[in-house]
Amino acid sequence: MTNNKIYDVIVVGAGSVGTPTAMFLAQKGVDVLVLEKRSSCGQGENKAAIGGVRATHSDPAKIQTCIQSLEVFSTWEEKYGDDIEWKKGGYCFPVYTHDLEELLKSFFPIQRKYGLEIQWKNAGEIEELIPGINPDGLRGGTFSTNDGQVSPLRSSVAFEREAKRQGAVFKYNEPVVSYIIDKGEIQGVITKKDKYFSKQVILATGADAADHSKLLGIDIPVRPDSHEAGISAPIKQFLPPLVVDMRPGPEGKTANFYFGQCKKGQIIFCYTPKNKFYGKNKGNLSEFMPILASRLISLIPKFKNLLIRRTWRGLYPMTPDGIPIIDQVKEVKGLILAVGMCGQGFMLGPGVGKNISSLVVDGSWMLAAEIQKTFSFYRDFSGEEAFK
Amino acid sequence: MDDFRIKKHPILKESTAKYVDIYFDGKKIRAKQGEMLSSALFAAGIRIFGHHDRDGGAQGIFCANGQCSKCTVIIDGKPVKSCMIPVRNGMNVYPAEGLPELKDDGVQVGVKKPVPELTETMVLIIGGGPAGLNAALELGQCGIEVLVIDDKSELGGKLSLQTHNFFGSVSDCYAGKRGIDIGHILEDKVRSNPNIKIWQNSTVVGVYADKTFGVSSRGNYRIVKPEVVLNSTGAREKTLVFPGSDLPGVYGAGAFQTLVNRDLIRSSEKLFVIGGGNVGVIAAYHALQAGIDVLGIVEALDKCGAYKVHVDKIKRLGVPVWTSHSVVRCEGEEQVQKITISQIDENFQPLSGTEKSFEVDTVLVAVGLAPVDELLEKSRNFGIEIWAAGDAEEIAEASAAIFSGKITGRKIAQSLGKDISIPDEWEPLANLLKSRPGKYYPNRPDNYGLKATYNLFGKTLYAQNPASGETVSMRILEDMGITLPPGNKWLEARDLIKAYKIAPVQINEDYSNLQVYPVIHCDQEIPCNPCHMACPLGSISINGDIMNLPEFHGKCMGCGKCVMVCPGLAITLVYNNYESDEGLGLIMLPFEFDESLVPKDGIMELAGNEGEVLGKGKVIEIIYTPKQNGRKLIKVEVPWSLREKVVGVRIRIPGTGEIENSVGKNIDDDPIVCLCERVRKSEIVAEIRKGVRDMNQLKATIRAGMGSCGGKTCSEQVLRVFREEGIDPSEVTPPTIRPFVAEVHLGDFLGKEDGEEE
Repeated sequence: MTNNKIYDVIVVGAGSVGTPTAMFLAQKGVDVLVLEKRSSCGQGENKAAIGGVRATHSDPAKIQTCIQSLEVFSTWEEKYGDDIEWKKGGYCFPVYTHDLEELLKSFFPIQRKYGLEIQWKNAGEIEELIPGINPDGLRGGTFSTNDGQVSPLRSSVAFEREAKRQGAVFKYNEPVVSYIIDKGEIQGVITKKDKYFSKQVILATGADAADHSKLLGIDIPVRPDSHEAGISAPIKQFLPPLVVDMRPGPEGKTANFYFGQCKKGQIIFCYTPKNKFYGKNKGNLSEFMPILASRLISLIPKFKNLLIRRTWRGLYPMTPDGIPIIDQVKEVKGLILAVGMCGQGFMLGPGVGKNISSLVVDGSWMLAAEIQKTFSFYRDFSGEEAFK
Repeated sequence: MDDFRIKKHPILKESTAKYVDIYFDGKKIRAKQGEMLSSALFAAGIRIFGHHDRDGGAQGIFCANGQCSKCTVIIDGKPVKSCMIPVRNGMNVYPAEGLPELKDDGVQVGVKKPVPELTETMVLIIGGGPAGLNAALELGQCGIEVLVIDDKSELGGKLSLQTHNFFGSVSDCYAGKRGIDIGHILEDKVRSNPNIKIWQNSTVVGVYADKTFGVSSRGNYRIVKPEVVLNSTGAREKTLVFPGSDLPGVYGAGAFQTLVNRDLIRSSEKLFVIGGGNVGVIAAYHALQAGIDVLGIVEALDKCGAYKVHVDKIKRLGVPVWTSHSVVRCEGEEQVQKITISQIDENFQPLSGTEKSFEVDTVLVAVGLAPVDELLEKSRNFGIEIWAAGDAEEIAEASAAIFSGKITGRKIAQSLGKDISIPDEWEPLANLLKSRPGKYYPNRPDNYGLKATYNLFGKTLYAQNPASGETVSMRILEDMGITLPPGNKWLEARDLIKAYKIAPVQINEDYSNLQVYPVIHCDQEIPCNPCHMACPLGSISINGDIMNLPEFHGKCMGCGKCVMVCPGLAITLVYNNYESDEGLGLIMLPFEFDESLVPKDGIMELAGNEGEVLGKGKVIEIIYTPKQNGRKLIKVEVPWSLREKVVGVRIRIPGTGEIENSVGKNIDDDPIVCLCERVRKSEIVAEIRKGVRDMNQLKATIRAGMGSCGGKTCSEQVLRVFREEGIDPSEVTPPTIRPFVAEVHLGDFLGKEDGEEE
């Protein structure tokens, strides 16, 4: 069945990053093929995301990428008509300690320099933003107005359908088994079913990125760990922003936790475990809900009446320094890496896609070189983002 | 105020629970302490429990089994399933109108260390129904520690809904007793075994990768760590999608039995049943027992799947059964008021011009059962040793579940190193009890006069109907003390009689010298033997295994025990000694309805085995049989020629309730497939036509299967839409199943404070 058609670009992975990347390429007239091992788009870690999208980072590259993403998500319905459940409620970090207040405020200059609208709100204002929040010891908090929340499930499908309308081809149930590389140049991809040819391949394989190291003869330093999340039955809207409580939990198991209310009314939540669970095991653990219940109810007591509908565990494809890898590979000409999103693939995805499409079509990254180098595959990976 | 309670029931007694006052939307209603809130609301005439936030669709009872969330109401600011919440005095209940609001009641939950109570057990049994309880008994008797977890307030599972006498084998699974009584027998046995611990009102909501199970018990949450698990969670009712199938009043036959048989609620005045399997036909019978009229039963196939005796007894009462018919639509304003059915062709497409409409207030959907097995595969993936028994393993009769539980219980004991054997005959018997109905022998008991030929295979004698070529009976000659020459040989009956001096049992038997004798109308092979066991003279025999038909030969003393016990109501007695005006005979019939329907000297329409009207007869006597807990025996004077043909009396006139067929206004012909999220069929079709082949993607785009029930109710119906669109189900990726099996209040995960009220 192999035909000898040569695609302009092959994207491996139809997830948070691959799908919008294919869409932006197709919109620019690029002939794109997307290969996905699962049976439809967004079925890997995309659907495990809670859907928060924030430009509230401390790293300029991430701030700028997410501002691009926010632009895509917030204008989607207006431009294309699909309701992707975008809700512009902002991101709020309530603060209970002097140290955290100082730390978060110290990011303001750089955040504002790169375009983030962020303010300090006093305790009373935070209580208005988060009705029912436990006010004991609340000092205030940061609030970034333009951040928001969107349905990963729906946006992934919306991006895929727009990509298809622009001519992109998506092939599902086709895991990649090897790459065709000739004299250090990529020529194509071999899947379980077929062979496909292209001189440009974008690797957007999320938590599976490192599995492609051997096939490509390079070392992709991505190691997934897992985080559990859950969602409630819908309730009437009462909580505009996504809330991040940066305090480590008194139970000794959580580093921080975060939650928000979806446009359809569900409360969606997740915590960062203090001790990481490395590996790809996605089985739910019995400790998750009791711990999360104690954190959520301590912060907002009326949450005790929420009906919890479902929980799941998703993977964070971590790089050693917690910063994504978005770069051209020197050892394999024509290969672009868009991997190691460190659990933020969904919010970074559209921005990354735009950035890559700019490189492929216009020959240069959209981000300034100085900033783009943060994402370099050839950095030493020893740093750490000040604010994670 | 109307009180929709059943005050008088031929089998069941009203509970003695005291009345308390509760409030629904501020209005005071009377309810019984401890009964399920949904039943209390029904008893007060409340059928609509709220409206859906997506489209304002009216919500009410659907599964009555804690599986869906259509019966959600609000209590103390919490959305709860009213079918799982017991009534407490003074309870304030509000309808669930749209999305619930998260209320701040100012009560601070004491947030303790989030470490739920951990319970370790050797064996965890999920589900205390017939399979689970029997497995628990086998294990407990071996000295193995067992924890049985059940989500209801009464043990026995769906046995508590079964007011009819059970089929199956008397010695092995209590056949001939009513399901409710079997439930109580099992419960007593389980409770008296010190190795068996029971948690009721507790739902196993999830299984975790750390090989533990999360258990939600009305405000508490515990973790159980077992060595071995038995999944005996039974079955859930399948649904059917048609225009109007989402209307309140359209619900499962099991839900109906819960309301009527468990809680004695007169949920309806007149109903219609979709589905001619055992569940639907038995539910129809239960409805009539509760004084609710049944206007008809539709079955899409050309033959009902139920045991023929069940179908026949309902037909005899005057309920029409339309085979090769299907439901076209239900109509009504927030409540079903009308059902339209029509004949269907071989492709199950309605034949226009054959529609019939009926005025109803309830439509029962009884289109089959599906195993509740969400936890099974997940547990296996986590490396947990888990077994399955009963309906959760394979859908069959409760009698089969009893046996399946016993066998699996012993297998688990063996796997835990106990030296216990499984008798050789258990497995074959278990398989027998799961049997679908076998052959049908038309015109029995006219077979009595059959001219038969006989074939000898070793020691077995087969009789063959020369007209149909079917084998009609068989017996073991050994029992008769006769030795036959080896080889196969066809003999004429008279040659056989001459050669071996035996009279074939059912053939040419002359009852004229008997004062009284039974006529057995049982004409389809089913696994059943109570009549054989009941006859004090041993005159009713079943040759070979219990699938075979019972036969009467020899003497009868007219005790009527076979008539009392037959689950199919398929045995009558004929009195040869009845002295009356010429041309009349006397027969005895079983009767399980209110005696006012068969007054002494009342003239009744007589029904033949399959409901055909044969003539009229007069009720002579009503005999009460306290041991049979509600079944009565009636003596009826009938024309002499009909004495062996009459099997029952009619209690209703077919055709009652039929109205002119016309399509009402505002009929929405685009049915709702996913009830939780109110997703319409057209939305699914549109997605399929856009190329969607992954049910997970349907969840993403249109939320089909994303609701409270987790896709348990609609997944099969969604797949059916794929099939209708010409997509092979093998091309469709099934949806991912995740915890929780049932939604849990966030506060419950923190467990109960010490001393908090249970």
